[in-house]
Amino acid sequence: MEATEPTTSVAAQVVGLHKEYGVGGARVAALDGVSLDIRAGEFTAVMGPSGSGKSTLIHCMAALDSPTSGQIVLGGVDISHLGDKELTRLRRDKVGFVFQAYNLVPTLNARENIELPLAIAGRHVDTAWFDVVIGAVGLQDRLKHRPHELSGGQQQRVACARALVSRPEIVFADEPTGNLDSRASHEVLEFLRMSVDRFHQTIVMVTHDPMAAAYTDRVVFLADGKVVDELCDPTAAAVLERMQRASRGSAGRTSGG
Amino acid sequence: MWRISLRNLLARKLRLAMSAFAIVLGVAFVAGSFVFTDSLGSAFDGIVKGTTADVEVSPQRVVDVQSVGTDARTLPASLMQHLRALPDADQVAGTAEVPGVFVIGANGKLVGGNGPPGLAFNYTRMSAITGVRILTLTAGRLPVGVDQIALDEDTARKAGYSVGDVVTLATPGDPPVRKARLTGLVRFGSSGGLVGATLTIFDLRAIRQLFFDGRPVFSGISLRAADGVSQAQLRDEVQRMLPPGVQAQTGDKVAHDTQQSIARVLGFINTFLLVFAGVAMVVGTFLIINTFSILVAQRSRELALLRAMGASKRQVNTSVLLEAFVVGVLGSTAGVALGYLLAIGLKSLFGAIGLDLGGAGMPLQGRTVVVSYVVGVTVTVAAAYLPARRAGSVSPVEAMRDDASVPESSLRRRMWTGASMVGAGVVLMAMGRAGVAGQGLALTGLGMLVILVGVSLASTVLGRPVLRVLGLVFHRAFGTVGDLATQNSLRNPRRTAATASALMVGLALVALMSILGQSAKVSTARAIDGSLTAGLVVSNATQQPFSPAYAERIRRLDGVESAAVIRVASGRVDGGLVAVTAVGPGVLDDALHIPMGAGLTTALHGQSILMNNTVAADRGLGVGDHLAIGFPNGTRTYVVGGVFDSNGAIRSDLLMTTDQLEAAGFVPQDSMVLVTASPGASESRVRAEIDGVLKDNPTVTLKNQQEFLDEQKAQIDQLLYIVYALLGLAVVIAVLGITNTLALSVIERTHEVGLLRAIGLGRRQLRRMIRLESIAISVLGALLGVAMGVAFGIVLQRAVSDQGVDVLSIPWLRLAVFVALSVVVGSLAAVLPARRAARLNVLDAITTE
Repeated sequence: MEATEPTTSVAAQVVGLHKEYGVGGARVAALDGVSLDIRAGEFTAVMGPSGSGKSTLIHCMAALDSPTSGQIVLGGVDISHLGDKELTRLRRDKVGFVFQAYNLVPTLNARENIELPLAIAGRHVDTAWFDVVIGAVGLQDRLKHRPHELSGGQQQRVACARALVSRPEIVFADEPTGNLDSRASHEVLEFLRMSVDRFHQTIVMVTHDPMAAAYTDRVVFLADGKVVDELCDPTAAAVLERMQRASRGSAGRTSGG
Repeated sequence: MWRISLRNLLARKLRLAMSAFAIVLGVAFVAGSFVFTDSLGSAFDGIVKGTTADVEVSPQRVVDVQSVGTDARTLPASLMQHLRALPDADQVAGTAEVPGVFVIGANGKLVGGNGPPGLAFNYTRMSAITGVRILTLTAGRLPVGVDQIALDEDTARKAGYSVGDVVTLATPGDPPVRKARLTGLVRFGSSGGLVGATLTIFDLRAIRQLFFDGRPVFSGISLRAADGVSQAQLRDEVQRMLPPGVQAQTGDKVAHDTQQSIARVLGFINTFLLVFAGVAMVVGTFLIINTFSILVAQRSRELALLRAMGASKRQVNTSVLLEAFVVGVLGSTAGVALGYLLAIGLKSLFGAIGLDLGGAGMPLQGRTVVVSYVVGVTVTVAAAYLPARRAGSVSPVEAMRDDASVPESSLRRRMWTGASMVGAGVVLMAMGRAGVAGQGLALTGLGMLVILVGVSLASTVLGRPVLRVLGLVFHRAFGTVGDLATQNSLRNPRRTAATASALMVGLALVALMSILGQSAKVSTARAIDGSLTAGLVVSNATQQPFSPAYAERIRRLDGVESAAVIRVASGRVDGGLVAVTAVGPGVLDDALHIPMGAGLTTALHGQSILMNNTVAADRGLGVGDHLAIGFPNGTRTYVVGGVFDSNGAIRSDLLMTTDQLEAAGFVPQDSMVLVTASPGASESRVRAEIDGVLKDNPTVTLKNQQEFLDEQKAQIDQLLYIVYALLGLAVVIAVLGITNTLALSVIERTHEVGLLRAIGLGRRQLRRMIRLESIAISVLGALLGVAMGVAFGIVLQRAVSDQGVDVLSIPWLRLAVFVALSVVVGSLAAVLPARRAARLNVLDAITTE
């Protein structure tokens, strides 16, 4: 793994992002002025304690949620104030998403699940690319299986393939290994790593596992809705050390949890 | 457990409301039917008691209220003078009554329409058994002479006449239409309610002159007992003075007998309405089973948790049944309230077609409430029983698992259960056809129901190929969204089948009725085409008989070769009523061809009559056999001179001559005049001449064969539309069922909806996906329903083929329209669930467990 050149172009940009939930006295700021650049072709991890706003951040970036204020630029387009129709199109064409809970459609088999975003968009499947992706996730002989006939790791790999097959500008993964054992986790993370290396896919992954973070190029630490730290070319040990430092730092504050 | 049941209900108010809705509609229909017929009953009670005096003297009764034809017998006026001498009679009054006198309104239209009678009689000061005078003059003065009348207040108001106006009357006398000045208004009894009947009052001399050839006769004599004299006492005294063939009856007995006859007719109406209420309840049952199954499936984890914490199977089971009980009670309560409104609606509907219930009360009897609650609660709890039992069988360990599920019966077993139910249903229908235990109709209906339930069970498997074919269509038209919809409709075959079945039941009956209606129309057309040789027909659209003077006048016209009359009446054979058609001279020669099974039509003369072939077969009679028939003039014995085919133009039990009918004691009144034009006379000229004879009477009209046929078809259509409207309720319930199922499915699949939206499914695409699933369900229901309806239609047409529906005709186009409409219905059912799904917040949805 080599360090990314500072000249690399930016896939996504977040400027002064605020996200508040509730009203009046019950108002809680999940994101409190986050600014962040996601560099193209890089595997970025977002880490932080529970309630630090990491999930909210990628939900906003992936056009699943809309921010209270601030700016999100995705592939050169400011998405912060788009309507539902445009956001739907954006999710369909420019964004891939991998959920913690696989989220496959139970009535469709693996191949149909993978092709679903393209089918919904009415786009043709690029067969060559499809085969490359399938080969990379190692699912060639599982394509006819329904989700309930696959193991957790296999399901998550199907979900990864689904995110990649439409060649999105950026893939977001929300704790993709949260439900998996260590072997299945390794397979999924290897696949994500490889798609960055081989296909120059941009990936942003939320995780709280230092081992998972060690697969990435760069780790961004969030606490209380703010970016508090950053680490390039992480190792598990280094990530753990930074996490402990960060939690000590936020121990005195009232919010969080 | 009570608390859990109630909490569950409160937490799911919307679902509660939706599953209760099926019950509400069904119960409303039940309650509405009872309230309406009770209201009819109380209106008729008022009339019966309000017209009956302490003792009534009349010719001995042979036929009752339900019979057709007017009794020609009268009492001599001298009899009243004798009765006046009785010291125990406080008041004696004779009445000369003529039925079939109708008022033509100021707008030229008939007042009252079809159904309610139009009576003319002389003014009477008699009091009824209620103690109230039968008639009270409320405006103007009493009429004198043939050119003056009084009317009851309601009729005058509806007709738009006030005192001093000239009123047009259609009468059975000659001339058939006459004008008279309205000199006064009378009120009937204390309330004036006449259920749409019209009263025309003449003075006694005038009515005798107009309708009794001026003879000094009465049609009946009423007596009022002096103080301290009982009805029975007076009756006995009167009876001793009467000649043979004349009877005296106490007012209480007359009222009671009449009420019994009316109650029987009202019973038919009630049964008719309750059949549709029953259909609605059956459809509702499907939906309740379905709703509770879905609710139990969705709550399986929670139920397992209860089990894990020590709740017994029975407790879990009971908690679900308790929910059903509460739903049943609430649904029945709302149903009774809605039913009352429905009865008010029916009342004004009937009022609009002439059966005016006026001030009749709308009694909500205890029986109505009890029946409504029993039906509503029983159906709900019984429908929830299977889902509840399944809820109890969820294993406690399921609580710990992610994908807790309630065990379900295997599809194969369902298929076989369904198939054997279809078999049992076929047997029941066959038994019904054979008339086992005299319960033909009930057994046939039960057989149909059992078959429908069987098909519904089997449709979990049967529906699959249908859905797959639909899936191909959806795929072509809508691509992936179509595929998703198809997959959704296939993923829970039980749910889809149960929802579709609700629609199937309604549509099976709609299809059945349209096949029977169409067959009846085609059969009628063929019968008229094959039998009617006369070119023109004079008849009354309201089925009321009319004055024989018309036929006489038409016969005298230049361009008319012959004008043959047809009359109808009823007689009594072995205690049952038989329908009699009588033909005038010339009918069988010129106007009508009657296909004969045995003997010749020329046998019809003297004491010899013709008999319908089905009646002959039922009674085991043939040419030369004797038959005793009760008529007003007494029981007479006739000889069967020939047997005619019941599928011709004449469909009554017996065929007689008009002479025979008059001899039997009926007033001559025509139902139809068959006119044959002279050779060479132009139809338009003959028609103009006849129209001149019929002018001023809007009810008796001239038609050529085609117009006559159209009129007959229109009558069948009218009946068909009433039945469609009543079955419409079952369809409405079924549509609500689809909405309910879809809404529950959307809730269940919230997570999935969120996912699809997250990976780029647009709101419109999502709505379309749900709409297509809904259309798949409704088209499946419609196809199954139409298929069942065609099968039932063919069987039932065979069953009634000897009752004038001898040609099977299936209106394919109309059936195709029903299936096409189901697409619309499916789209409508999906509106709310689709909107709800589209409004889901993507992120909330996807994080929903």
